[in-house]
Amino acid sequence: MNSWQHSPIFKFFASVQLTVTVLLTLAATSVIGTVIPQNQNLDDYLHTYGQNLYRLFSVLDMFDMYHSWWFQLLLVLLTLNIIICSMDRLPAAWKIVVKPPGFKPSRFLNASCQRQITVSSLDQAQPILEKALSRSIGQVRLEQTQHGFFLWSEKGRWTRLGVYVVHLSVVFLLAGSLIGSFWGFDGAVNIPEGETAKMIRLNNSGKSIPLDFEIRCDKFSVSYYDSGAPSEYRSTLTILENGAQVFTRDIIVNDPLRYKGINLFQSSFGNLPSQNLVLSFTSRATGMEYKEKIAPGQTVTIPEGLGSFMITEFNRDHQFKGHSIGDAFVGMMTPPNGDSVEVVLPVKFPSFDRMRKGDVIVAISETETRYYTGLQVTGDPGVWVVYTGFLLMIAGCIVTFFMSHQQICIEANTAEKICSVMIRGITNKNKIGMQKKIDATATAAIKIAKQQ
Amino acid sequence: MNSSGILSVVTFVYGFAAFLYVASWIFKKSEPGRLATWVVFAGLTGNTTGIAMRWMESYTLGYGHAPLSNLYESLVFFAGTLAAVYLVIEKKYQNRIIGAFVMPFPFLAMAYASLSPNISDRIQPLLPALKSNWLIAHVVACFIGYAAFAIAFGLSIMYLIKEKDVHGNSVLLERFPKTGVLDELNHQMVMFGFLFLSVGIITGAVWANSAWGRYWGWDPKETWSLITWFIYATLLHARLTRGWHGRRIAFLSVAGFAAVMFTYFGVNLLPGLHSYGAMGQ
Ligand code: HEM
Repeated sequence: MNSWQHSPIFKFFASVQLTVTVLLTLAATSVIGTVIPQNQNLDDYLHTYGQNLYRLFSVLDMFDMYHSWWFQLLLVLLTLNIIICSMDRLPAAWKIVVKPPGFKPSRFLNASCQRQITVSSLDQAQPILEKALSRSIGQVRLEQTQHGFFLWSEKGRWTRLGVYVVHLSVVFLLAGSLIGSFWGFDGAVNIPEGETAKMIRLNNSGKSIPLDFEIRCDKFSVSYYDSGAPSEYRSTLTILENGAQVFTRDIIVNDPLRYKGINLFQSSFGNLPSQNLVLSFTSRATGMEYKEKIAPGQTVTIPEGLGSFMITEFNRDHQFKGHSIGDAFVGMMTPPNGDSVEVVLPVKFPSFDRMRKGDVIVAISETETRYYTGLQVTGDPGVWVVYTGFLLMIAGCIVTFFMSHQQICIEANTAEKICSVMIRGITNKNKIGMQKKIDATATAAIKIAKQQ
Repeated sequence: MNSSGILSVVTFVYGFAAFLYVASWIFKKSEPGRLATWVVFAGLTGNTTGIAMRWMESYTLGYGHAPLSNLYESLVFFAGTLAAVYLVIEKKYQNRIIGAFVMPFPFLAMAYASLSPNISDRIQPLLPALKSNWLIAHVVACFIGYAAFAIAFGLSIMYLIKEKDVHGNSVLLERFPKTGVLDELNHQMVMFGFLFLSVGIITGAVWANSAWGRYWGWDPKETWSLITWFIYATLLHARLTRGWHGRRIAFLSVAGFAAVMFTYFGVNLLPGLHSYGAMGQ
């Protein structure tokens, strides 16, 4: 052991006590962020908690606690703990694994799992014991002695490394998330059908940044179940570089598009004002109906000298007298004499304006649904490090929990006509399982002894 | 009879099994215990049939999907997994008193699923975000883990009761497994559960990454599953430190299961919701 391994600082960082403390502290403090909603509007916090608590909480970074210095510090502490602990123990484990010390009967004398039996003849017992041993452990080595023999078998030496794989996996997870937080980004972009986007808006800073390529939304569609619940959101996207099409692909929720390390996820959608809107104006006096094509911001003159009409805005989820009436155009009707009135034209209820009982009834005659697709755009170079960590963790846990380093030594001796067989087992875990193997081996030998 | 009908019968079958195990323990008779094993078998068969039928019914309704998509279905799956894992333990350790401390859980889970007015047993179509094979792996792994932790919880309670009786005076505790065995079994169940919880969290992260472009978002449900994971990781390491044996380990196991229950049911009470949390409605 090197001298630095005796220093108190090293011992502190290598100790399992520190692990227990840090893990429990992480568990306890993680609760806070689930009780205080994270990353909300600061005014809302002030309103909910009052001045004093608000100040205390913001000093402690409670409103974004999982990214606070003290929470990150706990994670760093855990990482140091794992790395140093492994540096402390891995060399010894590695030596056991790569340099088998070979068979020494003395190592088994204090074995925690033991069983002694007597048999009538060693010559008969030997093949039975050998077979039982090779079935429960593996390849058997035989060593003759003056009054009998040794049988020895070993397996799973390498499984001692499993736990280091688990610990390494935790380091991968933390490293991967760190890479993600430095070099990753998370943004969003809305693209109307038929249009192309190059800039995306970052979620945390609100800044716009350009991508290396352009995304065109060729089509967006949404399908519904009979119950009215949404069944599928689908966008057809084309990737363009320098104006040239690279490829076209559909994405749906759970099936994103990945290109040049950037991922495009279907995350939302919405309606846009139709570009081919035709309104009908019905004169109450004559009953005549006139159709006019109109675009937002444009004014049309209504025949019969009834005034003019202009579309002023398009609202998604328009509120009319406290009720939501969905997508709606809002227009301004200006009669030849008199004040202008606001006219609401919900897309879903084309003759809504009848209710107003004005001189002219405005209705939507032709419209088309036009969507924009809402994409989540992310890039995270750390994701593959994290995924490697995931695989290592699962593999390491399986090895650590369900496999072990097992050795059984059977010592058989004849002394004064008594043939005694001692079975001893050593394992680094699951002593109950080892005892069962020893008992099974003994039972096999006893059965034969009885048959004689 | 449709699947909900079969599953409500299964509730009573599990209840009956739990009753038999408790009776067998209290009255020190082995017959009710032996019968109980068969009753659990019957319950598990019904439970499995119910799940399979529900799967087929969802196809008949025209939006077929694995029956693991809402609170009702997860409770039913949880109960079945618990019963199955319990039967393996009983076979392996030949002790039926453990049944008295474990079989009430599948009964309670099924009773809650069938009787609670807040839980709908209607088969609903899947929302787009839930259409993922990762989700199925995620739910299956989590609930196998939860089942193991529930059994570890039962064993810990047994440990804490048994431990009080140092001199072995109590007649009721006579046939309890020894504290050493309970402790070892508790550890094994926790290891089993920890593996599946890890797989559950990991598949959940991969699913989140394919649906929303992030593998981890610190939302309350995710965070609580991580808290649970931290507690059981503490338990695994605490065993290595001197002085942390038996009793403290049993307490940690109880705390871990409390965190499991909170992850499962409690998170819905917190402000700001996991989209999946409202799935029972
Ligand atoms: C989240 C972080 C960690 C995880 C998931 C983890 C996981 C594990 C697992 C699964 C085992 C096997 C337990 C068993 O066999 O019952 C283990 C053992 C162990 N862990 Fe960790 N661990 C973590 C952190 C640490 C840290 C920080 C240390 C530093 C001291 C540490 C030291 C050990 C030791 C000494 C063992 C026993 C190894 C042996 O049996 O030879 N662990 N760990």
